[in-house]
Amino acid sequence: MIEDLAFIGQIAVKSSIAVLLATLGEIVAERSGVLNLGVEGMMLVGALCGVATGVATGNPFLAATAGALAGGVLALVHGFFAISLRVNQVLSGLALTILGLGVTSFLGRPLIGMRPGVRLQALPIPGLADIPVIGDIFFRQSMLAYLAYLLVPICWYFLFRTGTGLKIRAAGEDAAAVDAAGINVARIRYLCTFTGGLGAGLAGAYLSLAYTPGWKESMTGGQGWVAIAMVIFATWNPLRAVIGAFFFGGLTALQFYFQAVGVELIPAYILKMLPYILTIVVMIFVNAGRRGRRFGGPAALGIPFSREG
Amino acid sequence: MAWRIEKRPTSLAPAPVWAFPAALGFAVAVGTCIFAALGANPLAAYWVMLTGAFGSFFHFSEVIVRAIPLMLTGLAVAVAATMLLWNIGCEGQLVWGGICAAGTGLFLAPHLPPLLVIPATIAAGAAGGALWALIPGVLKAYLAVNEILSSLLLNYIAIIFMEHLYFGPWRNPEGYGFPGTAQIAEMGRIPHFFGTRIHLGLVLALVLAVVLYGALRTTRWGYRVRAIGLNRRAAHYAGFKIRRHIVGVMLLSGALAGLAGMAEVSGIHFRLQQGLAVGYGYDGIIVAWLARLNPLVVPLMALLLGALIVGGEQLQAVLHLPASISMVLEAVLLFGLLLSEALSRYRLVRRPPAANSDVTQEEEAT
Repeated sequence: MIEDLAFIGQIAVKSSIAVLLATLGEIVAERSGVLNLGVEGMMLVGALCGVATGVATGNPFLAATAGALAGGVLALVHGFFAISLRVNQVLSGLALTILGLGVTSFLGRPLIGMRPGVRLQALPIPGLADIPVIGDIFFRQSMLAYLAYLLVPICWYFLFRTGTGLKIRAAGEDAAAVDAAGINVARIRYLCTFTGGLGAGLAGAYLSLAYTPGWKESMTGGQGWVAIAMVIFATWNPLRAVIGAFFFGGLTALQFYFQAVGVELIPAYILKMLPYILTIVVMIFVNAGRRGRRFGGPAALGIPFSREG
Repeated sequence: MAWRIEKRPTSLAPAPVWAFPAALGFAVAVGTCIFAALGANPLAAYWVMLTGAFGSFFHFSEVIVRAIPLMLTGLAVAVAATMLLWNIGCEGQLVWGGICAAGTGLFLAPHLPPLLVIPATIAAGAAGGALWALIPGVLKAYLAVNEILSSLLLNYIAIIFMEHLYFGPWRNPEGYGFPGTAQIAEMGRIPHFFGTRIHLGLVLALVLAVVLYGALRTTRWGYRVRAIGLNRRAAHYAGFKIRRHIVGVMLLSGALAGLAGMAEVSGIHFRLQQGLAVGYGYDGIIVAWLARLNPLVVPLMALLLGALIVGGEQLQAVLHLPASISMVLEAVLLFGLLLSEALSRYRLVRRPPAANSDVTQEEEAT
């Protein structure tokens, strides 16, 4: 029983890292007022770039870095349209996702079925990994998982306890006031959009280097969209993002568990649907619980800023 | 004489005529770069795409075949977006339209009078899509759940369910293990024209485009929908029942997408199988916005995207270039449209040379 729990827990954490990284990135972007619906596309580009760099260099760190940067660069396209050109951010984000799908579909063709060259193996942390159950669940993961653990408090501290974080949040609430205070709104928003892209790109690289090593067309399977939904669940707070991501990972782990044990308590196709169904259910509850309270999202989310008015 | 760029005095300036040609030009330019980067002659590649799409009556008929579902999903996105609702779930609604049409054709048809089979199939397809769109509609109207995310996540659920059906309970027992349902009998298939694969869906889509255009311009319902889209608060104070309109418009939008799925199943595949959910729902978003949400323009833009898809397939067949280039070009087309929209907020003005510092003004304006 305990072993089963450790097994499920380990896979749950493993399955939640990509969503967690992408959610953290999107939280930063949305806090500054930029809604980027291109997460799915940026994740795909990050995943492909990770594999390609891995094959070319054989260096896992370079591969992960390249994946993150690829996501960041793609995010800058959205940044240019959303921040500089001030177009509709929903459309620009959707276009970014379609672009990511298309670009990876044709650039990734030669890599299909190829060994990734590198893979990020589980790296037990000496000492911590030997703690019963908890060690198995949390400390026998890959490097990127540990990085994600660290990024959660870092993101939170950065957003809520530093001056820059205050500026970011202010840009997302009332850009005109930030501008009047002599702070460059566009620069903040560009940096945050880029950061969001880094998170999504890294999330994609995690999928293609650690989770299911190798490249497969549309291998993200909607995790980018789940991440955007989890931003709402987390009420734009990095600490709460952990809960959302772990919840998604847990449902994925249950699928593996039932498959491995051969029990079919719940039909396989229902299990496959569950992460998506429950993400919607979560959004319903978050909205119902928030009724009457003031705080929704950043007030200026999705609203372009221009001095010309 | 000096030129300068200045912001248009009003933000309500009508959409410029050149926005679409500019977007098309942008996409062609980016496509040229892509072809060149892939080591292909861009002129040859575009020639293959053009002749592949318009080179013969047969090729053009295939463009129309692709355009039919795009017209319907384009209309679906457009009608919702007129009210500022984002229906990103057309793919799932299309799938449900297909499931219901296939179910009717396979299991209900033997019990129906032959004349009723096709009307029942069409109605089932529309109903399937509408009911699937009802979920995000109700969630949006009564619980303020973001319809972009809910409708999109429902796509994945619909596709998993469809796969379950044709891999599992609906699988053709005589299909030699091939994943897919049995074929729909002849009487359950919608009629075809001119000896091609062009089917009744075309008539349906064109009629619906005209009807929607008329309804949005001339009826009281259409006025309300447009008013809510333009200014929700004002519409609320005018006493319009906004929640009811959200649910109603989502139902209509879903029904249109469902018809696309119905037409694919009863007009093209004749069974439920892999290849129904190939992204027509997402392409509908591009079609709708290229058409600037005008239902009468939607069929034209659907033809353009259909030509792009067929042309992309020809690239693969003739030049062995990946067909997914057409998907990249679709995204670039949308970006191009956004770009020209942004530029259209400004205008070029010719001014007599002024004594004072026009130069600095110029710099500021750019």
